[in-house]
Amino acid sequence: MSKDKTLGETLQERGVSRRSFLKFCATTASMMALPPAMIPVIAATLEKLRRPSVIWLSFQECTGCTESLTRSHSATIEDLIFDTISLDYHHTLQAASGSAAEHAREEAMQENYGNYILVVDGSIPGENNGYSTIAGISNKAMLLEVAAGAAAIVAVGSCAAFGGIPKADPNPTGAVSVSDLIKDKPIVNIPGCPPIPAVITGVLVQFLTFGLPELDQLGRPAAFYGNSIHDRCYRRPFYDKGLFADSFDDEGAKKGWCLFKLGCKGPTTYNACATTKWNDGTSFPIEAGHPCLGCSEPDFWDAGSFYKALSTPTEDIGKTAVYAGAAGLIAGAALGASLRARKQSAVKNHERVTIDDLDQES
Amino acid sequence: MTDAEFLLWVRGPAFTTATFIMCAGLVIRFLEIFLLGRKADLAEARGSAFAGGFRTMFKRSIPDAGSFERSGFTLVSGYIFHIGLFIVIFLFVPHILVFEAATGLSWPGLPSNIIDATNVVTMIALLAVLIHRIKDPVMRMLSEFNDYLVWFVTFLPLLTGYLAFHRVGLSAPMLIGLHILSVELLMVLFPFTKLSHAFTLWMARWYNGAIAGYKGVQS
Repeated sequence: MSKDKTLGETLQERGVSRRSFLKFCATTASMMALPPAMIPVIAATLEKLRRPSVIWLSFQECTGCTESLTRSHSATIEDLIFDTISLDYHHTLQAASGSAAEHAREEAMQENYGNYILVVDGSIPGENNGYSTIAGISNKAMLLEVAAGAAAIVAVGSCAAFGGIPKADPNPTGAVSVSDLIKDKPIVNIPGCPPIPAVITGVLVQFLTFGLPELDQLGRPAAFYGNSIHDRCYRRPFYDKGLFADSFDDEGAKKGWCLFKLGCKGPTTYNACATTKWNDGTSFPIEAGHPCLGCSEPDFWDAGSFYKALSTPTEDIGKTAVYAGAAGLIAGAALGASLRARKQSAVKNHERVTIDDLDQES
Repeated sequence: MTDAEFLLWVRGPAFTTATFIMCAGLVIRFLEIFLLGRKADLAEARGSAFAGGFRTMFKRSIPDAGSFERSGFTLVSGYIFHIGLFIVIFLFVPHILVFEAATGLSWPGLPSNIIDATNVVTMIALLAVLIHRIKDPVMRMLSEFNDYLVWFVTFLPLLTGYLAFHRVGLSAPMLIGLHILSVELLMVLFPFTKLSHAFTLWMARWYNGAIAGYKGVQS
């Protein structure tokens, strides 16, 4: 596949009909909450686009993000769109290995310096560079080198965006996110463990069509991370009615009531799961009966138990109250004893006023 | 500190600290009152101190007709915001879960929309009470910093709760975090301000009622 061909030409060659291409553009536009008038703009921009070079670096990660993207559902238009970017380097997907693989990366960097898109999944060890290396190059050194020539960086997955599971307490590798190390490049975070495949492709389309998307305070595209799971959840009416599942197999769970009591992090989690869903729009965790883990939020692994309600304290409050009561008893007894002593001495030192005292002239 | 870290902090160390201060503070205040002791009443009993004390604990919650005439506004607004606070604090399911986590006790809650409406009514009643306090010359003269502080720390959790429920302005973790933090402020100040009346009220009523009951007079 030639890099000089436009996306439109490539899609034609692959037998993708205009109808299905426009359908993809319309879906993307609706996901981004854009007016229908923008669909032709997206289509026209994408069609004219020459395949941009993409370098995908995988650091401390589980390959879940790549699995999410590639195994989501086979041969969709999203896959083809992804094919039509020039993915010049990706450990898992590339055929080359060893020095040939590294050579591909260096070549892509040289050819497209300043213009390529860098996609990162996985966090970067900050403590000791030896914790994670590729071809003898530390993750940090490789990230800094490749980021220097990138037009923009897309941090895919919660590990790249926020440090994710490698950063979970006690963070043995001192893992950091991409944005902790790179300060001078536009970074788009697509968190999730893993992120929704349609959101990954959607952000890439948005980026290629309109440039850098509008980001929230955590660097996430507002089009996909603008609403909380709770606000778009189909079980929300049950929350409002006060109907909750108390356990995973009670009547409430069977009736599909709200999972807040079972630790659902939907109220504090911003992602598109409740609307875009997974596996080609089939379902999402809450629909499958499991509370949201909040995987697209920073430090979700350490945000209290997955199964403890969001409103409850993370520490043992009952025990604290008992200790406080004991401490209060000691302090209160000491204070009470001192007040009692003062009272007794006041009574003891009390001087009675006699008639003579009253008669005295001052 | 990110919003998520802030929420974790208020749910973790901050909540533990606030709980410790509130519980220890309440025990200290109770002991401070109890250990002062009471002079033995050497007079012959003309009635039951227990019956008088017990009756008065509840009877004082029912205003007599004269009180309504003298200060109807204070009574009505006072009732509204106290009942409102009770409903909002004790009958919202996410709150019940906090009590359950602390004590193991649980009870049924109300739909969240009813809690939301009650919260708004409670806030309006509290604002009315504040305006009354500022506008009424006698109330204003009697009021000191402590009174306004107590009003503020009571109103703040209602306001932050409303903002968190409706997601106004900030991110959800930050709004929920601020709500919990405002409750922690209330918890810390609770034993050391007039807020402690929620507990001391019962023994003060008992004390008054028991004295009257012992003397055989109505209270």
